[in-house]
Amino acid sequence: MNRREFAAGALLALALRPVPGLATPEDQAAAIRAFTGGKPLREGRVELDIPPLVENGNVVPLKVTVQSPMTAANHVTAIALFNEKNPQPQVVTAQFGPRAGRAELATHMRLATSQFITAVAAMSDGSFWSTRQEVIVTLAACLES
Amino acid sequence: MARVLLNLPRSAAKGAVIEIRTLIMHPMESGFRPGMNGTILARDIITRFTCEYDGEVVFQAELSSAIAANPFISFTTVATASGTLSFTWEGDNDFRQTETRSLTVT
Repeated sequence: MNRREFAAGALLALALRPVPGLATPEDQAAAIRAFTGGKPLREGRVELDIPPLVENGNVVPLKVTVQSPMTAANHVTAIALFNEKNPQPQVVTAQFGPRAGRAELATHMRLATSQFITAVAAMSDGSFWSTRQEVIVTLAACLES
Repeated sequence: MARVLLNLPRSAAKGAVIEIRTLIMHPMESGFRPGMNGTILARDIITRFTCEYDGEVVFQAELSSAIAANPFISFTTVATASGTLSFTWEGDNDFRQTETRSLTVT
């Protein structure tokens, strides 16, 4: 190997190096399985309101709304939010009951890079519903100081 | 004591759903960020937020490093009776702060 080949190889290795410490879509799936206890996830009933294009990943406003009558017999027991590519897949897990009135949760989150965000709702009848939304980030959060 | 912003109505009709918006000043240091000398800064976040209505928990959330600094949480509750709402933030380094607000139900 001559010097030029070595330099090219070193550059290629640097370019292909994975970003350290970020979660993967598999981590997200594992975190969701841990939340649902392996129960099947159904699409629908959950609405995730998050801007599709985010300039600053440090503060991303979002709102989760679940369609539910919120009565003692039929209500949302928990809403959880998961990301794909932040250092950890968990974002927030909120416990609800019939006294919440509406199954609504709004917060501000961080996004390390462009990725899919998944919102999962647990119902009092034991079913789990979800939705996912893609977000494109131009300025990332979490890793740089 | 961290500065807290609480936005909720002072009075509400019985059975009405009221929206509560909360924000607490907190750096939410994620534990993944390198500091000035290159070493990773220790995690310092709020891990749990609880809202109690006359002593009964009506809303609770577990937060993680992925929540932005100065965590903002908004949720709703049913105005059942006049009473006190207490909001508690708990976190790393024994962080604990409680704020209360009274609500008049007509």
